Amino acid sequence: MLELRGIAKRYGRFALEALDLKVMSNEYCVLLGPSGAGKTVILEMLAGLIRPDAGQVLWDGRDITSAAPETRRFAMVYQDYALFPHMSVRANIAFGLRSRGVTRTEAAGRAEAVARNLGIAELLARRPATMSGGEQQRVALARAMVTEPKLLLLDEPLAAVDIAGRRRLRDQLKQLQQRTRTTFLHVTHDIDEAMFLADRAAVILDGRLRQVASPEELFRRPSDRDVARFLGMRNILDVVCSEPGFCRARGVTIHVAGSDVATRHVWIRPEEIILSGQPFDSSARNQFHGHVAQYSRAGDLLAVEVDCGDLELTALVTYASFECLAIQKGRQVYATFKSSATHCF
Amino acid sequence: MAQMDSIGTTTEGLARRRMPWFGLLAGVVGSCLVLFIVAPLAGMTLSCSLSDLSAAAAEQEVRSSIRLTLLCAMFATVACTAFGVPLGYLLARRRFRGRSLVLAIIDLPIIIPHSAAGLALLTVIGRHSLIGSVSERSGLLLVGAPAGIAVAMAFVSVPFLVNAARAGFEAVPQRLERVARTLGATPARVFFSVALPLAWRDILGGMILMWARGISEFGAVIIIAYHPMTTPVMVFQRFKDYGLDSARAVAVLLVGICVGIFVVLRLLARRPKASEAGHA
Repeated sequence: MLELRGIAKRYGRFALEALDLKVMSNEYCVLLGPSGAGKTVILEMLAGLIRPDAGQVLWDGRDITSAAPETRRFAMVYQDYALFPHMSVRANIAFGLRSRGVTRTEAAGRAEAVARNLGIAELLARRPATMSGGEQQRVALARAMVTEPKLLLLDEPLAAVDIAGRRRLRDQLKQLQQRTRTTFLHVTHDIDEAMFLADRAAVILDGRLRQVASPEELFRRPSDRDVARFLGMRNILDVVCSEPGFCRARGVTIHVAGSDVATRHVWIRPEEIILSGQPFDSSARNQFHGHVAQYSRAGDLLAVEVDCGDLELTALVTYASFECLAIQKGRQVYATFKSSATHCF
Repeated sequence: MAQMDSIGTTTEGLARRRMPWFGLLAGVVGSCLVLFIVAPLAGMTLSCSLSDLSAAAAEQEVRSSIRLTLLCAMFATVACTAFGVPLGYLLARRRFRGRSLVLAIIDLPIIIPHSAAGLALLTVIGRHSLIGSVSERSGLLLVGAPAGIAVAMAFVSVPFLVNAARAGFEAVPQRLERVARTLGATPARVFFSVALPLAWRDILGGMILMWARGISEFGAVIIIAYHPMTTPVMVFQRFKDYGLDSARAVAVLLVGICVGIFVVLRLLARRPKASEAGHA
């Protein structure tokens, strides 16, 4: 298990404040944060390449803060692959084993086995410069995994790969982690990537760790408004709650679930807002009348923005109901949602 | 020349878009400078007859002088490489207190007068200095001997080597070295199997430059050793004692040899296109 205790670092414009984080053994953990937040620096501190200003790095309870990188067995994979341009793919993959005193023939054999696993066996004799981004990143992955690291550090590994290669590589990463039961710590700014890969995700904003949770939990209960906004969540309202079950937002009362006096925000899940042409009776406590301000594609669904006077709501609807309701700009609709569709924080 | 051509086309491209007169002007001005370098060398070479040249080449005194010059400069270069390459690596990779002072000190030999450099060296390796007297007693003559000539050449030409090595190591992406460390390589292995193989062309370029600079050194060498005579000293001595015609043949011979070596080694050290792409 990896444990960070109060890790702090100033590095140019980037400042990391007392970071506490535990990464469990055999876990796929994703560090999620906007680009340019210094996530690479965190990985390089874990690898021992940069010394933190304060704090400790522990592995299985042992303090390794000042251990040399080559003694840690934390292999690194960079966004730009960082393959050795003067070596063949075979020599690149064998590099770590050769560094640890494995004989040439054994290293070559193990390199080949890993290459076969990752589907790059046919590239072994090639030079990195002649290969695609996806191929290069798989070589970088093979080069790291062949050393059987205790922890694999991945710095935006998919960011430089083209879209077609990205999905395949993403699947391979997940499979590789599950098959080898290696602890992966993966840094990214891409939320979908984090949702797909992470057992647990840690959100870092403005140099502070905001929330650590499973991807589902992260979306269900974002810890604060910044996290919610970073996750791209729609329908976050500033509210005041005076009595349980009710919140006031800009002159409108909303029935909510699980509010208390500390509640500052309400998130209404856009896929649970129902649009209709006529008002209808239901157990849903919230119903607002308004008109369609605009709509846009959102993946397989459509995001319809409804202007309800004091309130603007975004609903996610299917194409079928979009056509059924004949939605167009200015169309009068009713937006209905249950109190259980809200989340207070 | 190839480099000049490519610069020419870039300026042309700019000129067509914005200011036609500027490209033309820059071309004319630039040509003047190139001519300024080529003209004296060409004039000297052309005014030297083939028979003068072969006569000079046949002289035992000239031959041994050229051999001495080439060997002393080569010895100086090889010896300094052992010290200069680690220093270049350190300067490229570490940010330590006093680094900029070290950088300035390394450039000192380029900016001071070389005769002054020779005098300064005398105070360290002269007969009455500690190093000079110890080495003389142990049988290695410095002043007035090849070893002293090599020291003088090294002093004035080593900045080229260190700076080239530093630039070479700086061009190696640091991430390559970092990733190597996480894969289990010690700093020494990172240096020998990642940094050095990727920077060797620049280092070789620096060695060539240092060698060429050592061969052509006059000021510092003549103060350390008038005899045995290196070729630049011999050119001066013949000009002084026998006049222009006598000195010219030796000068042309040395310039020819220098340019020949320079061209061959530059071709060897040229970076192939593919590895350039790999660097990026």
